[in-house]
Amino acid sequence: MKKSLLVLTTLALSISLAACGKNNNANNANAGGSSSAPASAAVSGAFSAAGSTALQPLVDQASKKFMDLNKDVTITVNGGGSGAGLSQVSEGTVQIGNSDVFAEEKLKDADAEKAKELVDHQVAVVSIAAVSNKDVGVDNLTKAQLVDIFTGKVTNWKDVGGKDQKIVLVNRPASSGTRATFENFALGAKSEDLPDSITEDASGTVRKLVSETPGAIGYLALSYLDDSIQALKYEGVEPTAENVASGTYPVWAYEHMYTKGEPEGAVKAFLDYMLSDEIQGTDVKDLGYIPVSDMKVTRDVEGKVSNK
Amino acid sequence: MNLTQTRPAADAVAKDGRGKFPKHKLEELRGRGYVMFCVLLLIVIIFSIVYFIASRGLTPFASQGVSVGEMLGGLKWSPEADTPRFGALPFLFGSFATSLLAAVIAAPLGICAAIFMTEMMPKVGKNILQPAIELLAGVPSVVYGFVGLSVVVPFLRDVFPGQGVGILAGGIVLSVMILPTITTVATDALRSLPAGLKEGSYALGATRWQTISRLVIPTTLPSLMTGVVLGIARAFGEALAVQMVIGNAPHIPHSLTQSAATLTSIITLSMGNTTSGSLHNNALWSLALILLIMTFLFVFVVRLLERRVKHA
Repeated sequence: MKKSLLVLTTLALSISLAACGKNNNANNANAGGSSSAPASAAVSGAFSAAGSTALQPLVDQASKKFMDLNKDVTITVNGGGSGAGLSQVSEGTVQIGNSDVFAEEKLKDADAEKAKELVDHQVAVVSIAAVSNKDVGVDNLTKAQLVDIFTGKVTNWKDVGGKDQKIVLVNRPASSGTRATFENFALGAKSEDLPDSITEDASGTVRKLVSETPGAIGYLALSYLDDSIQALKYEGVEPTAENVASGTYPVWAYEHMYTKGEPEGAVKAFLDYMLSDEIQGTDVKDLGYIPVSDMKVTRDVEGKVSNK
Repeated sequence: MNLTQTRPAADAVAKDGRGKFPKHKLEELRGRGYVMFCVLLLIVIIFSIVYFIASRGLTPFASQGVSVGEMLGGLKWSPEADTPRFGALPFLFGSFATSLLAAVIAAPLGICAAIFMTEMMPKVGKNILQPAIELLAGVPSVVYGFVGLSVVVPFLRDVFPGQGVGILAGGIVLSVMILPTITTVATDALRSLPAGLKEGSYALGATRWQTISRLVIPTTLPSLMTGVVLGIARAFGEALAVQMVIGNAPHIPHSLTQSAATLTSIITLSMGNTTSGSLHNNALWSLALILLIMTFLFVFVVRLLERRVKHA
């Protein structure tokens, strides 16, 4: 009795493992009998999206809504980081790779060919603000001052017009998409990992450390701003969704959903849904992103900004 | 009596076994097959993990121009710079410093708890203290990290110069995490001590403290050290909780309350953000390989200690 139970468990395990393998492949075959689905063109299939943790909440929420509308579609949304998302979509293990940065910035040199196969879908804009502890006595920093702070040339708040207090850097890991955006568009230079600095990847941890550590400075996506910290103006411009959309606040980046080749079937339907007003007008704004359609400026891979 | 009762049953077995194979032989074969299958699968899994980590981790040295000397002795870690540098010595230092500090804090606590539970108040120990300590093992590491970030780091920030993050904060959080390992192994060691030894000591007029300090601890020392080494190994491999409280600056710190980094914290920070196959990603696999080798060394040390126990 016990042995047969064991055998049964093993069998069940291997079958479920096999099923997992199958789930990873998009199954775009249209199944019949989906008349209950309210969407006009019924789609079905299973696919997964993985990558950027900054974009994950939006994709997660949108996928749930989409699955409610299309009962025959199963979408699995995972995190893992932008790099992992791009690797996996390029290898074909997932159908959508979420990324905070252009694929060309991550897949360089020997991998440049892989980036060419990927098709970019820009689904939202995320803006990043420099934030500081509330008691530093400064609410505006120029680009030059930020560069001095993040390269360690200035180590006391009094040198940028604030209190006599040591500056504590709360940085992101060198590979982070948030750090890349901040370096590219706020600093215009790469920053160093200085000996006394703190490095954290999770935005919640960064916010907690900045709010509690005297003299701390860091940077966060607009969706993470709250009363516990102080968002710093950049060259006198406040980091708000309006200023980002009008192009006056320059520290922002697209959130990308990459597919390998042009998307088809359920994947295409889902990406269209992501860009529809239903998601762009509500969920995108609720979660602190800025809809791509609101942007009055565009930016290409090289960082060139032009009016729409 | 017995014979007549078992006879019909045996006949039934023979009929069920369809002539050629008696049922018990078939059972034997099935059992063996199942165990062999599981063991084979286990071996395949272990070797493929080692092979995978080694093949990825050796790529930077083999074909991407990073030297082993730079990785093990270099002080500068700047993987995304225009001329990337991969000096992992600060992480090795951080890993060893935090794990040893954790062991220094946790070993006296754990061993004293074990002595209390076995020698002094076995009833209270078994019913209250042991479950309480074992409970610590079940707390997820992210919870330890969050408690460390919310309680330990602010406390250290107020008491010592610096931001509170660093090796001291990491060591304190890890010491709580490895306490169950050290206590459990120490308790088992003390319980397995033959009662005759202690009774002999008491019979000679030794007090309880004399018995504990001159007889119990020296006799069980190799086993107690096994627990400590297992604890260090656990601390060495812990990632999430340490990452939240250590600060993660890739430099060797000048004090215990200055931002530092460990092998594991740097892997968890960066692995998801890098694409597989890139130099940065492969360098992280090299760190993983170093971790794996360190773990093998710890297992080796534990084996040596165990051998001493058997010979003693």
